[in-house]
Amino acid sequence: MTKTISDVICPFCGTLCDDLVVTVSDDGTKLLDVENACAIGAEKFLHSQASDRVTRPRMLQEDGSAVEVSYDEAIEYTAQLLAKAKKPLMYGWSSTSCEAQSVGSEIAEQVGAIIDNTAAVCHGTTLVAVQNVGIPSCTLGEVKNRADRIIFWGCNPAHAHPRHMSRYSIFPRGYFTGKGHKNRKLIVVDPRTTDTSSLADIHLQVEQGADYELLQALRAAVRGQELTGDIIAGVPKAKVYESAELLKSGRFGVIFFGMGVTQSLGKDHNIDAAIMLTKDLNEYTKFSIIAMRGHYNVTGSGQVLGWQFGFPYSVDLSRGFARYNPGETGSIELLKRKEADAIMVLGSDPGAHFPIRCVREIANLPSVCIDPHITPTSEICKLHVPVAFVGVEVGGNCYRMDNVPIDSRKVVEPPEGMMTDEEFLRAVNTRITEIKAA
Amino acid sequence: MDTVTLTMKMQPELYMEAETISPDQFAAKSSEEIGALPVYMGNEHHTLSDFFDISGNPGKTAADTKIVVSGDLTKVKYIGMKMTGGEVEVLGSPDMYVGAWMAGGTIRVKGNVDSFCGMGMTGGELLIDGNAKNYLGAAYRGDWRGMQGGRIVVGGNAGSDLALFMRGGEIIVNGNVDVHVATHAEGGTVVIKGNAKSRVGGQMVKGDIYVLGEIERMMPSYKYIGDEEIQADGISGTYQVWIGDLGERHGKRKGETIYGKIYLKVKDTGKAAESVRAARKIRLSDDQKKQIKDAFAGKEPGVQEVRAFISDTFGIDIKPMQVSRFIDEMRRKE
Repeated sequence: MTKTISDVICPFCGTLCDDLVVTVSDDGTKLLDVENACAIGAEKFLHSQASDRVTRPRMLQEDGSAVEVSYDEAIEYTAQLLAKAKKPLMYGWSSTSCEAQSVGSEIAEQVGAIIDNTAAVCHGTTLVAVQNVGIPSCTLGEVKNRADRIIFWGCNPAHAHPRHMSRYSIFPRGYFTGKGHKNRKLIVVDPRTTDTSSLADIHLQVEQGADYELLQALRAAVRGQELTGDIIAGVPKAKVYESAELLKSGRFGVIFFGMGVTQSLGKDHNIDAAIMLTKDLNEYTKFSIIAMRGHYNVTGSGQVLGWQFGFPYSVDLSRGFARYNPGETGSIELLKRKEADAIMVLGSDPGAHFPIRCVREIANLPSVCIDPHITPTSEICKLHVPVAFVGVEVGGNCYRMDNVPIDSRKVVEPPEGMMTDEEFLRAVNTRITEIKAA
Repeated sequence: MDTVTLTMKMQPELYMEAETISPDQFAAKSSEEIGALPVYMGNEHHTLSDFFDISGNPGKTAADTKIVVSGDLTKVKYIGMKMTGGEVEVLGSPDMYVGAWMAGGTIRVKGNVDSFCGMGMTGGELLIDGNAKNYLGAAYRGDWRGMQGGRIVVGGNAGSDLALFMRGGEIIVNGNVDVHVATHAEGGTVVIKGNAKSRVGGQMVKGDIYVLGEIERMMPSYKYIGDEEIQADGISGTYQVWIGDLGERHGKRKGETIYGKIYLKVKDTGKAAESVRAARKIRLSDDQKKQIKDAFAGKEPGVQEVRAFISDTFGIDIKPMQVSRFIDEMRRKE
């Protein structure tokens, strides 16, 4: 016999779908099937059942091989590494629960570390822009029930957030949007044609790296100002005016934006201009803007760091008080400039996503990687500590991309004797307190 | 003016934070007391004398104290932070935050500086002989007050985000600058004697930018309103005047809307060198497009394949991005 668990939270992307149905074996040790999830989400659940899964910490040896060690040894190594370092970097935090993140913050404060999350290579620039000009935002529920003008700027939810369009932005029939996608107008801004842009009413094929110019041109067009030049950032002038009119004519509009604007030329300035466009449009109709956050709890990491230290990412605690300046205290800069002398990675994979010289620096430093999977990072770190999957084998609080907290649930037992990241971090924290007291 | 000389004797292992190297901190102290001033490296505390040989004596006040710092300073941050008077001479290339939030006095750097120098400064002079990196004279994260007064002169080039949120003062760059000049500015003057890339004066509410070289791409939200003759020290000549940023809010004074202004120097040829990029862009004629289409009819050509074909047949080199768009266009029409 099997058990069916409904309304399960999917711990994959920032959309944090909450309608999954999971089938587990009667004793709760085997996960058999996942329904309603997208291909990536289903894979995340089923991957916990992989037969070749690593269940004990592994220490990298001189010759490149890995030797299994006990959790106690792993705790001792991690505690010593963090306690002795002068400027340790604690990076990641996006694929774990808020509970684990708060223990991480405690450790960071105790050892004077720099604590940074994946926003550093993702939506960090959004957070910088939000600090500069604020943000008029809303929840995804409002989008579903009210929005009739949608902009996807520099993002491709058809592939990156597969259920976003069907659950919230394009297709659902909400309270005031009974006709579903028929009365929604979609503008996609992307230099390439994508599966998302194929659905668009207007596809603005912006010239690569010229989003800022297009945004400012749109702002000027919304104000009825004359624009200079016939082609604006790769888009014909008439199309810019047409888009401005389309946006103004809606009842409720939302701008969703992704990595295409946050990490292309201009970075935070692009978002700054996008937020100001939203603000301008509010003089004609109701408009909101939401960041398409990637990892399922990267938003939560920003929240936890925000309430602990006042800054959402790249927090430098090395002098005993919190400082923040992406460009100096961000992970990429620290590794590139060789400012850090130890690194701990949790719930992220910089080995696959950072520039190669930063990855080389990780390999050179004393390093710990805490991650359920074998990743490029776990292979170059001195110590790899596998932990239980949050949202699958242990519950915990997560924040959706629109800053709505949702409690994820445990659906299946982790392999025997495996620690969760929260338990591991608590043990490390206790050990560091002992080392510091001695 | 009395001089204190600091010579680096030991390079720090990690980066060092030395905001204590400032006339305000040194004034009226003995050289032992100066040596005992704290510097920070990661979570460790050290003293200045751990890293520097200190000689000479400071004056009674910050205003009569001069500090000369020499040695390899590439790992020293925050020199002259928040200083209000006196002089600092840096014989080398220090790291970030030189003269951040300074309110008075003079800093002269003989080499290059890294990012965030002259951040939020309110007065004084910051003279950099070499190049400066990003965020020169900018605002701290989340602050709406960038440089508010004083003067920054850069001998070489400056990086991106120059004069972000500038509200007053003057910045002169003798070389070229990267993207984003005076974004969100609400006052102040920026003079660029070399070339600027793009996004000059984006979201600018008020303020003046003089560009003596070229602007690679003008913001589409700026409007050309005519030429103006300017007589001023070092920048005299005829300039095109552009107003904007038209996408931004603007205040009024005496019934007249106040815009930010970009002054673009008119070259001897009588034309301002505007939008070099647009001139450089090669466009294919309809006839050429048809030839390419015929050559690849019924195939799924790669970008480099088409690019090579264009180069071989027409002898022109087109950017891969443009080729990729062209392929998309072909596909759509099919």
